[in-house]
Amino acid sequence: MSSTKVPWVRSTRPAEPARIPQRGAGKLGYWLYFIPGIILVGIIIFWPIVRNFRLSFYHWRGGRAEEQWAGLENWAALFQDEEYIQSFQNIILVIIAMVIIPTVLGLIIAALLFDVVGRRFGNKLSSFLRATYYLPQILPIAVAGVLFGWLLKPDSSGVFNQFLSTITGDAVEVNWLGGSYGTAMASVMILMIWIQIGYPVVIFMAALQRVDPELYEAAELDNANWFQRFRAITLPMIRPEVFVVSLTTTIAALKVFAPVFILTQGGPNKSTYVPSFYAYNEFINGTDKGYAAAIASSITIVVFVVAVIFIRVQNRAERKDA
Amino acid sequence: MTTVPAASATDQTPATGASAGSAPPRTPEKSRRNKSRPRTPTEWILMVLAVLGALVIFFPILLLLLNAFKSPADYATSTPLELPEALDFTGIQTFWEQNNFLRALWNSVFISTMVAVIAVVISVLNSFAIGIGRVRGRTWIVLVFLMANLVPQEMLFDPLFQLYDDLGLLSNSWSVIITFVVIQSAFGTYLLSSLLGTFPKEILEAAAVDGASRWRSLRSIIVPVIRPTLSVLMVFFFIWTWNEFLLPLAFLNTEDSLTVPLVLEQLNGERQTDTTTLIAGTLISIIPTIIFFLIFQRTLTRGITAGAVK
Repeated sequence: MSSTKVPWVRSTRPAEPARIPQRGAGKLGYWLYFIPGIILVGIIIFWPIVRNFRLSFYHWRGGRAEEQWAGLENWAALFQDEEYIQSFQNIILVIIAMVIIPTVLGLIIAALLFDVVGRRFGNKLSSFLRATYYLPQILPIAVAGVLFGWLLKPDSSGVFNQFLSTITGDAVEVNWLGGSYGTAMASVMILMIWIQIGYPVVIFMAALQRVDPELYEAAELDNANWFQRFRAITLPMIRPEVFVVSLTTTIAALKVFAPVFILTQGGPNKSTYVPSFYAYNEFINGTDKGYAAAIASSITIVVFVVAVIFIRVQNRAERKDA
Repeated sequence: MTTVPAASATDQTPATGASAGSAPPRTPEKSRRNKSRPRTPTEWILMVLAVLGALVIFFPILLLLLNAFKSPADYATSTPLELPEALDFTGIQTFWEQNNFLRALWNSVFISTMVAVIAVVISVLNSFAIGIGRVRGRTWIVLVFLMANLVPQEMLFDPLFQLYDDLGLLSNSWSVIITFVVIQSAFGTYLLSSLLGTFPKEILEAAAVDGASRWRSLRSIIVPVIRPTLSVLMVFFFIWTWNEFLLPLAFLNTEDSLTVPLVLEQLNGERQTDTTTLIAGTLISIIPTIIFFLIFQRTLTRGITAGAVK
């Protein structure tokens, strides 16, 4: 899952770096070790970035067609494009489903598992529950999407519909994924929460291990209840992890693709578009690859800006702490 | 962070994450005192809540297990929560016959293994120059590599599609392997660079005195020492690549080049697909991941926490 990929925050700077005493070649020799890495990153990452940014200033039908200079037309068109604006509005909901809800729930679950289940009911149970919460994280998202698609089938054959029918006594036949924007977006969000929840749980539980158990025992002797301990000890101690989790999941949210592709294909009526799905769709089915390149380039810029803001904020917080 | 004792900053070693969830050791006297106190009703309620939450998470997979072994007739007449009347393998059989699942499994295993191995090699080479060599502008170089991790895949797919088309690599596993070697080694380079930055220099100096070249030190000293971290990285690269969707979807288009997620996605898209076949296929697609999870569970929990916070 891409959310677990980018924890590059905080680099350690040791006072006394290891160094192999130099003989002859000096530091230049180390550059040789970059050769394969740099060549690959140049071709696979930087060439596409340059090519798409350039293309975003042209109109191009693809294939052998001529490119036509477009200036800023594509970029200007983005701001008038309802689907584009809609896709970024949906990103706010995706952030709620992939960042805010999992982080908050993850905090509560991690604290519960560590502080109550682990300490009072045994570590075996808490490790087992942690593994269960983490399970959806390792499933391919596409497979998880197909699973949810089956549960949410329209008409009376849908599992979820059958549940509701049993509970209410009436036949429920809601078209969850194709009926309306509300139910379709909610379904996508629930899938995202289901997938994401295990990531903060595991990270936060590992963080809690750092906390001195004496602190909790002292708090217990002072008759602090669970919630007071959570607020006064747990939360401040694992702030760095909360930061890392929200940074990595926010970036994953901005790039989200598979849940929408599998569950709704952007429907009903293009209402559940997210930016990456829109760009992908325009590249494949659109008539102007220049416009598709403008969409993709704009997402790239947004991701970079968000990453830089996050890291700045964190560095400032670190300096305050120091 | 200020209140955290200095030692905690370094407890990044794999050993700590390995048993995340087990409490630090206590003195016998304390644990006796703690155990003697009876569990309060509130604690019981909170425990039950945690178990219920886990059940909710597991529920979709439970439904899958309950229904994958029903015959189409049984599926049509029973509710999803009922046990199957008899164990029926029609769905699984149909899925197996209609799709070349073994081929997809092989493709996924081949792609993910190649990416895991090559990406770790590239990460080691990059981070050797950054962490040990401490070349000029290394912070910037790390950022350059990290771009691979930040860039949205939709930015890459059209140019790379044309590139692989020109090279004749479309619908060839290597298109996906090359791409994900670059994307995964970005994270590997970042993680290993900061790890090697703290590598004990006495060892390397001793080796240099004995006449070891750089390449020799890297191969015979550094790599063996950081091997535990490298194996964690490999497990992660494997599973991340296994789960990838967008770029494989774009690059792999022929029947016998598909990966496991792609086969299932294709089946899901076909209208005439029978529901029991689809459920059986979903279950079968999940099985390799579950087996992998059970084998590497400790490595995985250790890995996600490695490098998260230093």
